[in-house]
Amino acid sequence: MNVWMSLQDPNTQWVLFGCMLLGLSGGVLGSFAFLRGRSLMGDALAHAALPGVCLVYLLTGSKSVGLFLIGAAIAGLVATTCITAITRHTRIKEDTALAITLSVFFGIGIVLLTFIQHSPTGNQSGLDKFLFGQAASLVSGDVTQMIIVSIVLLSITTLLFKEFTLLTFDPGYGRGLGFPMGLLDSLLMLMLLTAVVIGLQAVGVVLMAAMLIAPAVTARYWTDRLSSMVILAGLFGALSGMLGTLFSTQVENLPTGPMIVLAATCFFLFSLLFSPRRGLLFRLLRFLRLRKTILEEDVLCALYEWFELSPAHFLKGCSPESLMEKSGKPLRTLRRALLALQRKGMVDYRKSGGEQPGWIFTAAGLQHAHQLILNQRLWDLYWMNEQQYQALSIDPNKGDFVGQLVPEQLAPILRDLDSYGLTPKLSAIPHPVITRIDQKRKGVSV
Amino acid sequence: MKGISNASPLTVHDLTVAYQKKPVLRNVSLTIPEGKLIGIIGPNGAGKSTLIKAIQGLVPVASGQTQIYGKPYKQQRKLVGYVPQRETVDWDFPTNALDVVLMGRYGKLGWFRRPGKHDRQLSLQCLQKVGMSDYADRQISQLSGGQQQRVFLARALAQEAQLYFMDEPFAGVDAATEKAIIQLLTELKVQQKTVLVVHHDLQTVEEYFDWVIMLNRRIIAAGPTQEVFTTENLHKTYGGRLQHLGAVLSSSPDAVLPEEEPL
Amino acid sequence: MNTLWIILTGALVAASCGFLGCFLILRRMAMLGDAISHAVLPGIVLAFLVSGSRDTLPMLIGAMVAGLLTVFLIQSLHQSGVKTDAAIGVTFTALFSIGVVLVSLYTQQVDLDLDCVLYGEIAYVPWDTWQWGTMDMGPRAVWLIGGVFLLSLLTVGLFYKEIKLCSFDPAMAAAVGIPVLFFHYLLMGLVSLATVASFESVGAILVVAMLVVPAATAYLLTDRLPVMLFLSMGAGILSAGGGYLLATWLDSSIAGAMTAVAGLLFLLSFVFSPRYGLVAKALARRRFRYE
Repeated sequence: MNVWMSLQDPNTQWVLFGCMLLGLSGGVLGSFAFLRGRSLMGDALAHAALPGVCLVYLLTGSKSVGLFLIGAAIAGLVATTCITAITRHTRIKEDTALAITLSVFFGIGIVLLTFIQHSPTGNQSGLDKFLFGQAASLVSGDVTQMIIVSIVLLSITTLLFKEFTLLTFDPGYGRGLGFPMGLLDSLLMLMLLTAVVIGLQAVGVVLMAAMLIAPAVTARYWTDRLSSMVILAGLFGALSGMLGTLFSTQVENLPTGPMIVLAATCFFLFSLLFSPRRGLLFRLLRFLRLRKTILEEDVLCALYEWFELSPAHFLKGCSPESLMEKSGKPLRTLRRALLALQRKGMVDYRKSGGEQPGWIFTAAGLQHAHQLILNQRLWDLYWMNEQQYQALSIDPNKGDFVGQLVPEQLAPILRDLDSYGLTPKLSAIPHPVITRIDQKRKGVSV
Repeated sequence: MKGISNASPLTVHDLTVAYQKKPVLRNVSLTIPEGKLIGIIGPNGAGKSTLIKAIQGLVPVASGQTQIYGKPYKQQRKLVGYVPQRETVDWDFPTNALDVVLMGRYGKLGWFRRPGKHDRQLSLQCLQKVGMSDYADRQISQLSGGQQQRVFLARALAQEAQLYFMDEPFAGVDAATEKAIIQLLTELKVQQKTVLVVHHDLQTVEEYFDWVIMLNRRIIAAGPTQEVFTTENLHKTYGGRLQHLGAVLSSSPDAVLPEEEPL
Repeated sequence: MNTLWIILTGALVAASCGFLGCFLILRRMAMLGDAISHAVLPGIVLAFLVSGSRDTLPMLIGAMVAGLLTVFLIQSLHQSGVKTDAAIGVTFTALFSIGVVLVSLYTQQVDLDLDCVLYGEIAYVPWDTWQWGTMDMGPRAVWLIGGVFLLSLLTVGLFYKEIKLCSFDPAMAAAVGIPVLFFHYLLMGLVSLATVASFESVGAILVVAMLVVPAATAYLLTDRLPVMLFLSMGAGILSAGGGYLLATWLDSSIAGAMTAVAGLLFLLSFVFSPRYGLVAKALARRRFRYE
């Protein structure tokens, strides 16, 4: 209810709208910056704005926001030029160039700020508010300005989307196609700068940097396509802007800017942990499952190949020790895998009268192992004669070989396999004894 | 470094490395003889560099153990020398060639001790062995690619290890460097050191190495070069990607599968 | 006398940040200084709220914890696949926001001037003295920063070769058994400590500048790490002195002026460095063309 009430307030509406727009353009432009490896550029540009703002005030004596924006933009351009010059002409790396420019510009800004403060005519109050941001004090005029700038930025992005895509992924190739990559890069920089400058008065220096980074990184967790990433980042940005603003209206003294950043950070943390494809949790689960699958497959194959070499033992079973020798795996790991396979009904532990007990295949296990071995040997065969099989257009990145082919295609390859003497020697059709044991086992367990 | 033990310089048991969705190395088991020059060959993406990194514990493994002279790797670090790929470091680092070679002594020195006169002398000798003594004072960014590689080799020499891992030392080097590396490898062999080299150029395998490990995500074959470096195995390692097998094998023996081959 | 104290404080900050900064820029973590200096804010505020006083020790501890937390978070994010610069950006802005929120919420209890934290007021240093018994030991900041300076000098001196190897070739360092991660945290801990100790007296901006600018200046002047360390300290101290003069002349912020002078020194070496400067390079190119 309370949220609804505060939404009725036109002031809040303006602030809300402004912050959402800011988040939107921050997310969209931040995506390109992030992919270009320039996430911290926003931070540097935002700091570099200070001397520009102070100089404008020193020169004109007015505190008009429009003039401040121009001053900030010019200072930002100079700063970008400095960063580029430092990285191009020396062995200093980009991060250092960024840090140098950021701190020196801000330092100069502070010198100017205090100079204004101490000079008889000066009164610097208002200048720093401009830099540190006060979203709550946004008025309709500021927001109109934001709307215009955001629409311009977003339209340019839409129009030049293809070109910016080239710029982020392969500038060299883009140049080859005849696009002026240097110019596009500068344009992107300028747009970034504009976004930073309009964001300054709402959320301030540091927090504007966050709006360019967090939504973009968050979006990266949910998609691998640039177009959807840009849209998602815009959405996350707008959503953070909305949640942050709403939350800060609910509690007294809660500043809007930091709340927006914290909302964006929460989105990021959630994605980092739980995004299905790249999130930490699912990555860990996938890794553990993969490890288990590999182990079980290795053991099945080792068992199969052991039986191939000593077919006489097929019904008597293989002792864990021989399997250890065959597979090279430690006994304990082996036991664990065998027990897991037993639970899945792939292998069984058989005690036949008077003889040493051993592990045998069940019907299902034999079939599975046969498939695995066949698949593996077919791959070996494929690699041996890749040219010959080129017509089959097999995808080497897939694990499954048999499944990629129709039976007519497979038949000649199986003949080739036989000519190398590599056909799996144990038939996939279970031995009658095994079928009997299987049935007995199932009968007992039921 | 005499009388370490009779154990093999390197045994690997059931090593599996998996990134994300696929195993990069699967079920690798190896026992390496002492005093041999060993080439690790295989196509791109076969996991050659991953193998030597996994053995040294530089990448996380899904399963497996490695032993150096019969003891776990961690206890035997001082016996191992490593030559990483040249691109892994920042050559703009403010230091000179001799200094980089001296870094090879750090593991032996232990905590708090500074490299002394002996270390300096030894490092200079190592630079000399790779034909770089004239460049000892040269800033490392001003060395050519081959010279940088030789500095790395000299650093490995300064480690005075028993077992060396080299990650593509021949990649993109000039003829002089290649010759220097070969000379060095031969000398190491004379000293009964064991050297594992990730190698790309199949033409030179027979000439350079006594032993080969053929790798394509799993071990295709491992053993003395004459026995293992066969058309059959090359086919299986590289598949149809290799066009002129006849040129690679100087005396192509009949395709006989070695006994290690688990088929 | 006051002038001397102020310059001494600035010089100590410059020296300790300068030589730690060399390792920062060599490990491509230059923005870490900026990140830490912002991210310590919640630590300071929390320490203030918990202890209820403006004593140095609790604030120092709070900021130190926050600084190390920043480093830890950045490292963890990086290891879980986030690009370094994005990891830095997300971490410090989030922590800084928490700090600002805390300040705003407890604005009655917290008598912290945000401006003061950001710009610092080095001019007040001489008046905040340390009384030991009845003796006046001189400004507290000088003792504090001096202590940090000595500590970092000692640590880097003791572990020089390990830190150097970790910076140059972490893979090899790990292979020979040097605990690379431990040294990462040790170094970053020192950076946090230097940031935090300098904070109160000189403000964040001077710290960030001194962490990178003198080191980068030195990096353009020499090819030897030890020389670079000393040059970096020298450039820092020079900026402190020059900055003070500039500030008195302009009647402006001393910390800001010191930063500006540091920037000027960098510019000079950028243009005139005997080997890597613009002029030297242009001359070399010209000679090359004639030959």
